[in-house]
Amino acid sequence: MNARDDILRRVRSALDGVSPAVEVPTAPRVRPRDHADLVDLFDERVADYRAVVTRCSSDDLAATVAAALDGARAVVPPGLGLDVAGAVVDDPSTGGHSAAELDAIDAVVTRAAVGIAETGTIVLDHRPDQGRRAISLVPDLHVCIVDASQVVADVPDAIALLDPARPLTWISGPSATSDIELDRVEGVHGPRTLHVVLVG
Amino acid sequence: MSGTFVGMPAFPSAAREALGDTQLRRNLAHATRTIRDKRAQVVGEVEEWEELRLAGAGVKEAALRDLATHLETLEESLTRAGATVHWARDAEEACAIVARVAKSHDVDEVVKVKSMATLEIGLNDHLEREGIAAWETDLAELIVQLGDDLPSHILVPAIHRNRAEIREIFRRRMAAVGRPAPDDLSDDPAALAGAAREHMREKFLRAKVAVSGANFAVADTGTLVVVESEGNGRMCLTLPDVLVSVVGIEKVVATWSELDPLLRLLPRSSTGERMNPYTSTWSGVTPGDGPQEVHVVLLDNGRTRALADEVGRQALRCIRCSACLNVCPVYERVGGHAYGSVYPGPIGAILNPLLRGVEDEQTASLPYASSLCGACFEVCPVRIDIPSVLVEQRAAVVDSHRSDRVPKAEAVAMRAAAWTFSDSRRLRLAERASGLAGRVLGRFSRTTLPGGRAAAGRLPGPAAGWTGARDLPAPPEESFREWWDRTDGGRADGEEGRS
Ligand code: SF4
Repeated sequence: MNARDDILRRVRSALDGVSPAVEVPTAPRVRPRDHADLVDLFDERVADYRAVVTRCSSDDLAATVAAALDGARAVVPPGLGLDVAGAVVDDPSTGGHSAAELDAIDAVVTRAAVGIAETGTIVLDHRPDQGRRAISLVPDLHVCIVDASQVVADVPDAIALLDPARPLTWISGPSATSDIELDRVEGVHGPRTLHVVLVG
Repeated sequence: MSGTFVGMPAFPSAAREALGDTQLRRNLAHATRTIRDKRAQVVGEVEEWEELRLAGAGVKEAALRDLATHLETLEESLTRAGATVHWARDAEEACAIVARVAKSHDVDEVVKVKSMATLEIGLNDHLEREGIAAWETDLAELIVQLGDDLPSHILVPAIHRNRAEIREIFRRRMAAVGRPAPDDLSDDPAALAGAAREHMREKFLRAKVAVSGANFAVADTGTLVVVESEGNGRMCLTLPDVLVSVVGIEKVVATWSELDPLLRLLPRSSTGERMNPYTSTWSGVTPGDGPQEVHVVLLDNGRTRALADEVGRQALRCIRCSACLNVCPVYERVGGHAYGSVYPGPIGAILNPLLRGVEDEQTASLPYASSLCGACFEVCPVRIDIPSVLVEQRAAVVDSHRSDRVPKAEAVAMRAAAWTFSDSRRLRLAERASGLAGRVLGRFSRTTLPGGRAAAGRLPGPAAGWTGARDLPAPPEESFREWWDRTDGGRADGEEGRS
C-alpha cells in the first residue's frame, strides 16, 4: 500500500466509531466602534510596536512619503499610483529585481490591502499596488501607505476580506526577536524600520 | 552539526543533572517569568478570552474528528494551486522526500524556517548525511545549531542560553560556516541580532531551496500559514526557487475563516504579543511571485497513533504556543533538555508517549514529569486538558509494566488516583486531605515556586525518588474547589486570576 492510502487508512481506523459532528462555537467579536475610533486605535497599536506612524491628508501624501524616505533610494511596485522621486519600479513582467539587486536598495514604498485596528497589523495581498513579496522584504525601510477606509476592527473582519488564493503577508511592526533572554529587540531579517503613512 | 536526543537518559536522572546547573536555572527562571507576565497582560486585554479558547478548541477538534476527509480536500486544493503533495508515514520517509527534492536541484545547502516537524524527524542530520547543509535561520535555532546544542523550548529553543553565552558562541563559531561575527561584538541583544542579520543575509540571497513547516494548513483553500517574528521565515518562503514544507497531518483546519480564532489565540499565548510581527500565507504557486516549485509533505510519524487514543487525541489540537511550558513549575526548574525530546514541558510529557508509545524507559518516564498542578490547562489556548491525559498516560505506563513482579510505586499511586478522580466527592475529600498535608509541608519548604507558592523539598518515604530531583509544589492549603465555593469563583472578594 502506498504511504497516502496507508495514512488515510490509519486515520479512518483511529477514528472508527468517533462521530465527526462537533459543535464549533462561534468566535466572539470585539464590540463595534465608531470608524474614527478604529482608525485612532490602529494608529496607537501600530505605534506600540515601535513602528513610525504619520497621518496625512491625500493632498499631502506625496510630500509625506518623501519625508519618510528622507533621501533613501526606493523601489516601488508598478501600480503604486504615486510619484516617488528617484524610485525604481519593480516590474514583474520583466522578471523584476533579483534578491541581490533589492539588497542594494534602501527602501520600499507600497500600499496595503487591510489594516487591523485591534492588533495594529497591516496586511499585504501583493496586488500591483503592493508588488511582489520580495520587494517589501529585502530593503531595510518599508514605507506603507494605508488608507483610513481600509482599517477594520479585528482579525475576523480582515480574514473575511482577504482572498486566500493570493499570497498574504501580515505585518505587525518591524522585524523583531525575543530569542535572547526573551528581551524584545526590533530589527532582524525583515525591514528594521516600518513607517506607516495613514491617509485620511 | 546539530545534536540529537537519541540515547537521552530517562527524565528523573536528566532532571537531576539539570537541577545542578544553576546558570541554566537562572536563565530559565528569568525568561519564563518575563514571558508569563507579557502573556497575562495581553490575554487580559481580550474580554472574551474564554469564548475564544472554546472556539479555537472547537475548530481543531472538529478538524481532527473528520481528518481523513479534510486531508483529501487539502490534497486536492494544494494540487489545484500548483503544489506537489507527498505523504510520509514516518521520519525516514519524510526525510527521504526532502532530500530527493533538494538533490533534484543539485544543491548542497538549504535554508530552513524554524519548524517543530522537521526537528522531530531529524531532518538536518539526514540531509547532512546526504551531503546537504541545512542552515537554521531563526535566531534561536542558529544559536542552538552553532553551539552544537539541543533545543530546550518550543518557541525559544535557546532559552537556556544567556547573552554572554550567545556572544561567545557567535564569536567562536560563525566564521566556520559563513560571515564571521564582528570583532567588537558586544553582548547587547540588539548587537547580537545585528550579527545574525549580517551572517544570514548572504545565505538568504543565494539560497535555491528552502524547507519550512506550517502552523496551519487550510483544507478548503490549500493555504499554508507560517507565523514568525524575525522575517527569516519570509526570506525562506519568498526568495528561493523551490520550497518544501513538512506539515504534520494534525495541522489541518477545515476552512479559511476558521483560522480566525487561532490567529488571535496563538500570538497572545505564545510571545505575549497582540500579533506576531509576520504571518505569511500562501496557496501553492503564485506565478511571478515567490518559489515556482512548491512541495508539501504530509507527515504521520505517530500522529495516527495519538489520534486513536480517546483521551490523548486532544493533544493533537496543540498549536505549539509554549504557554504551558512557561507556566510549568517542573519545566522552569529542569529546563527542556531533561524531557529528551524536541517537545518538552507539559505538552511534551503527553505528546511523546502518545506519538511513540511507552515501551522505552525514557518515554515512559515522561508522564511523571508533572505535579498535576493544572496551570498548563488554564493557559492552553485550545484547552488541552494536559493533567487528564497525563493521568491516563501514567495508567498506560503501568499497564505496559503489568508483567513486572514488583508493582511500581507509581502503579500503586495511580490505582489510588484513578479511584479518587473517578468520583467528585472522593476528589473533594482527597483535596482536603492534601490541603492538610500542604500546611505541614509548607513548614518544611526550602523554596518557592513562580507565583510565590511554597514548594516542598525532599519528601520522605516512597516519594523520595521523585522529590529528590524536583521541587514539588506544596499542595495549596485551600483547594481550588474550596476557594471557588468560598469566593463564588473569585467574585466575592475581588481576587484576580493567577495568570
Ligand atoms: S499544549 Fe496548549 S499551551 Fe501547550 S504548547 Fe500546545 S497549545 Fe500551547
